[in-house]
Amino acid sequence: MSYLEFLGQYGDRILSGTLVTIVLTVLAAVLAVAIAVAAGLMRLSRNALIRGVATVYIEIFRGTSLLVQLYWIFFVLPLFGITLEKFTAGFVAVGMNLGAYGAELVRGAILSVPKGQWEAALALNMSPAKRMYRVILPQAVLIMLPPWGNLLIELLKGTALVSLIAVADLMFQVKQINGTTFLSAQSFGTALIIYYVLARFLLTPFMRWLERFMQRKLGRA
Amino acid sequence: MLDWNWQFTWEILPRLIVATGNTLLAAGLGYGIAVVIGLVFALAQRTPFSVVTIVVREAVEFIRSTPLVLQIFFVFYVGPQFGIRLSPWTAGMIAIGLHYAAYLSEVYRGGIESVPKGQWEAATSLNLSTARTYFRVVIPQALPPSLAGMGNYLVGIFKDTPMLSVIGVAELMHTANAIGSETYRFLEPYTLVGVIFLLISLPTAAGIRLFEGWVRRKLGMVS
Repeated sequence: MSYLEFLGQYGDRILSGTLVTIVLTVLAAVLAVAIAVAAGLMRLSRNALIRGVATVYIEIFRGTSLLVQLYWIFFVLPLFGITLEKFTAGFVAVGMNLGAYGAELVRGAILSVPKGQWEAALALNMSPAKRMYRVILPQAVLIMLPPWGNLLIELLKGTALVSLIAVADLMFQVKQINGTTFLSAQSFGTALIIYYVLARFLLTPFMRWLERFMQRKLGRA
Repeated sequence: MLDWNWQFTWEILPRLIVATGNTLLAAGLGYGIAVVIGLVFALAQRTPFSVVTIVVREAVEFIRSTPLVLQIFFVFYVGPQFGIRLSPWTAGMIAIGLHYAAYLSEVYRGGIESVPKGQWEAATSLNLSTARTYFRVVIPQALPPSLAGMGNYLVGIFKDTPMLSVIGVAELMHTANAIGSETYRFLEPYTLVGVIFLLISLPTAAGIRLFEGWVRRKLGMVS
């Protein structure tokens, strides 16, 4: 079977898998950003309890494997009465894992906003919440966008693991195709190229665009 | 707390501890491969031959932006299609070693680029050969700034070893899966695996930070 015939026969399955991977990536990214901002801010709280909760969360999710967390959420959480459908379990695990890594980026970026900005906001009598949302966070976003680009590529790669709990993403589809045709180079090779294209020609340019957009918004273009 | 079975826990713990040994072995072997091949990747990007530089650069980018679990499948299943049969361990070590080599090459690259230009010029003026310049002048100075990144990826490779279970390497996750399918109990094995990972990765990360500080002090680079 030539490679073109292979694509003709299995192209639609590969395409549907790719779409599932993209949807998973977007959902997990939204969750990861929300968790990262929340946990990152909690880590900077003056309240030791709030700080402690965030630290425990971050250390647990950064200290164990994504695969362990995924299996735990999918197989063990139902025993506590929380049953997640496999698709949900998949993006929740990926989002919670990468959110823990993102929290450290958020914390670092907030701390690296120049001290004068905090003092100026204080001098203008801004409330702490207003200072954070109007002065500190927008500048912190600009600082943390480049490392977030790398993190989102990690997130995209992480979604491949959900195939192990039978979510029909790209990885799962090519594994199935490989199982029936034994054309490993074609099936796994195609998937490798698709992941590469998604990361390099979709995710990376999007993050570049976002950086330029934020720079213009802050008048730093 | 629900029905945590301590007796079952003590029964499966020895099996999990043996598997932990395999996990550590896999991480150690994979890291050893990555440290060496990573240096090759980094140095290959500094040769005067632009073709080599571009090919290696793109290969590193490719490896870094595709999922490790897919690479493991690729290495394991593509070989037999062309008559090369690899054992799960060999295929796993090749995949994970190359994956982390790509990451480590970026760490080395950053380290090498952080060596001041004057050091290169001094080596040239002393008429040192390229090999001597690298191994006696540049790499020793590039190492301390690379240590933090290298340490992070040591912990990283350890946390990625569960992916080797997909091709049947009998490490921690694989053993937990086996226990789960034999006994239909998932709570204890998966939770224990998580706890074992935490017990190893947290102290290791802390130890690496201490080691890094020690090296910096030793070299008089306290900042």
